[in-house]
Amino acid sequence: METETLALFVDLFLMVLLVAGALTVLTVRNLFVATMLLGIVSFTMALTFVSLDAVDVAFTEAAVGAGISTVLYIGTLALVGAQEKTGVKFSAWPLAICLAVGAVLIYATYEMPPYGSPDNPAQTHVAPRYVQVSPTEIGVPNMVTSVLASYRGFDTFGEVTVIFTAGIGVLLILSQRRRKRDDEAEEEAQKKGTQSKLRVSLTGLGSQHDLVPHIVAKLLIPFIFVFGLYVQFHGDFGPGGGFQAGVIFAAGFILHALIYGLQFTQRVLSPQVALILIVAGVLIYGGVGIVSMLMGGNFLDYNVLLPDSVAGQHIGILIIELGVGITVAAAMLVIYYAFVGRAEPVNKLPD
Amino acid sequence: MTGLSSQFAALVVVLPLMFAPICALLRGRTLPWAITTIVSALSFYVSIELVIAVNTGGPISYHMGGWAPPWGIEYLVDPLSSYMLLIISGISTGVLIYARDSIAQEVADKHLGLFFTAYLLGLTGMLGICITGDAFNIFVFLEVMSLASYVLIAMGEKYDRRALTAAFQYLIIGSVGATFFLIGVGLLYMMTGTLNIADIASRFSEIEDTRPARAAVAFLVIGIGIKLALFPFHVWLPNAYSYAPTIVTAFFAGTATKVSVYLLIRFIFTVFDPEFAFGIIQLKDILMPLAVLGFLSMSAVAIFQTNIKRLLAYSSVAQLGYMALGIALASEAGLTAAIVHMFNHAVVKTGLFLSVGGMFFMVGSVYLKDLAGIGKRMPITTFGFVLGGLALIGVPLTPGFISKWYLVVAALETNSNLGYALVVAIMMSSLMAVIYIWRVVEVAYFRSPPEGAEHKEAPLSLLVPCWMFILGSFYFGIDTTVNVGLAETAAAFLMGGAP
Repeated sequence: METETLALFVDLFLMVLLVAGALTVLTVRNLFVATMLLGIVSFTMALTFVSLDAVDVAFTEAAVGAGISTVLYIGTLALVGAQEKTGVKFSAWPLAICLAVGAVLIYATYEMPPYGSPDNPAQTHVAPRYVQVSPTEIGVPNMVTSVLASYRGFDTFGEVTVIFTAGIGVLLILSQRRRKRDDEAEEEAQKKGTQSKLRVSLTGLGSQHDLVPHIVAKLLIPFIFVFGLYVQFHGDFGPGGGFQAGVIFAAGFILHALIYGLQFTQRVLSPQVALILIVAGVLIYGGVGIVSMLMGGNFLDYNVLLPDSVAGQHIGILIIELGVGITVAAAMLVIYYAFVGRAEPVNKLPD
Repeated sequence: MTGLSSQFAALVVVLPLMFAPICALLRGRTLPWAITTIVSALSFYVSIELVIAVNTGGPISYHMGGWAPPWGIEYLVDPLSSYMLLIISGISTGVLIYARDSIAQEVADKHLGLFFTAYLLGLTGMLGICITGDAFNIFVFLEVMSLASYVLIAMGEKYDRRALTAAFQYLIIGSVGATFFLIGVGLLYMMTGTLNIADIASRFSEIEDTRPARAAVAFLVIGIGIKLALFPFHVWLPNAYSYAPTIVTAFFAGTATKVSVYLLIRFIFTVFDPEFAFGIIQLKDILMPLAVLGFLSMSAVAIFQTNIKRLLAYSSVAQLGYMALGIALASEAGLTAAIVHMFNHAVVKTGLFLSVGGMFFMVGSVYLKDLAGIGKRMPITTFGFVLGGLALIGVPLTPGFISKWYLVVAALETNSNLGYALVVAIMMSSLMAVIYIWRVVEVAYFRSPPEGAEHKEAPLSLLVPCWMFILGSFYFGIDTTVNVGLAETAAAFLMGGAP
């Protein structure tokens, strides 16, 4: 009984924190503060997922919601300033809609299956096969990975496509109205036949004079990449997989860009390469599907990839997770590049 | 079916999906367009094969990843979904043939690779929604389609920066709709433990009296209603259609909202069962007034527009009202009317938008004031618009007439005063369509063109595909074996109970 009370207490505490955080985001006028609070809300959400035993989801929420989203918000704030436009009109409609949705959801919670009961439809209909048979027919200890990558692998392919679409969309929209200066610089570079971009600014948003962040970043970045690799390839055995790993990889690059400046990072991984990678990930994932079709199975049927169906499942999951990781990392970078690339260089290096 | 044809159900979606990323790496004016057109045409071919297969051999179930439903994701091709595939891929291919010169004018050459990537993703999303037999998979492809459409609409910003705000408005409203849909699917999963549509349907009668199931129905209907631009959730549509590039508007006007109509039909008739939707919760009492108010008010609003694209957009909302009315009548005849009108309206409205696109291509404006005397300056294009307008109004021998005929028959079938009132409302709305089409005709033919205006037709690359739609719409108004025949099969299949 005591653990149950404790669990209830933790859940309630997290819920209160969540609501309080969300309400504060609405009321603060400083966008930087709002961004930080949104990060906290995401972390609280991740903790809620942990308390629900959904560690994979919690991991993703922490990496995407609290990590990359916050960085992208800050990147945007660097362009537009952190102060909200004054005199924002209060409009009643959104509030009414939120209250109505909340009311219907509360209405729906009555008669909902008992919270956490093993007799619920969600536990008794489709799930038992995932739990009981997946270790033998897929052979991956982490059942979440079995479901995501194999049983419902086509959904995951769709999700990767969503990420790809988002990356392409941001790229397309933000490249429509680039600064004239950029276009002129590019034309000039084409005339000269050289890359003049690097001469425009080597710093971007980087902090040139702060020694401590420079050293710390230098130490941290290799470990971030190693951790990314671990998460990528350990997804079969524990929480993790391509989505989380991709975000971690992107975080490593973004940290590099924040500290050393965008131009240096783009020398390591240029926007063109990022575009090729974002494409490559989707093609790798879909390619596995095409290969399994050519080998006589249905789309994304890994059983036919190798004579031993469990080994086929293993190799299939490994490759598609790689595709996921590559597309997610590249998409995050493409989005980051597109936003931050619009900033004025802070200071120029002497020619 | 063996060999390649056994993979058709997957290929129809996988083809555009796999070529979308390839397009992103291509540059130039011709190559991305050519690949997109070929891929879309292949999807169209596969759709035709699927329609034939379904109508001769019954529904096809394709197991993604080789996992049987409900554990894996199922692609289910039945008379309705194959009909949708036919409409979507057909309209897409026709619009793409038109696209090359039109889009090169509206989007910079260096962005065309990414533009066609987004186009293919939009196509993938729509096809995926219609063919899948899995509720969560619908949401995934709904997201693909929605994200792509926000981007494509924003691409109109070279001519009018309001395209950006239109896209942003659609993004916010569309996200609310998609979230509602997801909440609905989540609640259904909570109650049934499955995401497979047929499986949910078979378990729905056990849970239909519970509150979560009722809430799920509400979220799903409203969420789909927002995406469908059902009156009064239509506010995003006129802006989006007015400011998007020509081919995007033409493509979406023919397909995007139809996909939502399909979802509404699928959930009401397959998942919820008409007896529940119309007998127990009286969905009709909400759907029918909204539909009638929708087509009456939107036809009226269309009369007062000064921008032809906007005028046609309001007319689209009105047409969606007819489809919603057909669904709300809850009979096989009503359902046939709704389904057949999806096809007919897609062909007619796409043709109309393409002819307006031809005027825009030559004149650079779609405002009535700039198009004075356009009938003398561009006689062939304008005549296409007039014929399309007649089809929209519903003159006999046009598909518009066929749709309205079926709708009126369905309304009269109710044998009640309500039925007569509905017929009157449909007639009034059609009369208003005469007025708004006449307004364009009047400006086009009875005003003199401005001094020194060029008398020049749109290039053949625009004229031919545009007339293909116009003549095609007359063909489907006279020989109705394809559009009405398949729609009747689909309606009978749906009313006969879930598969």
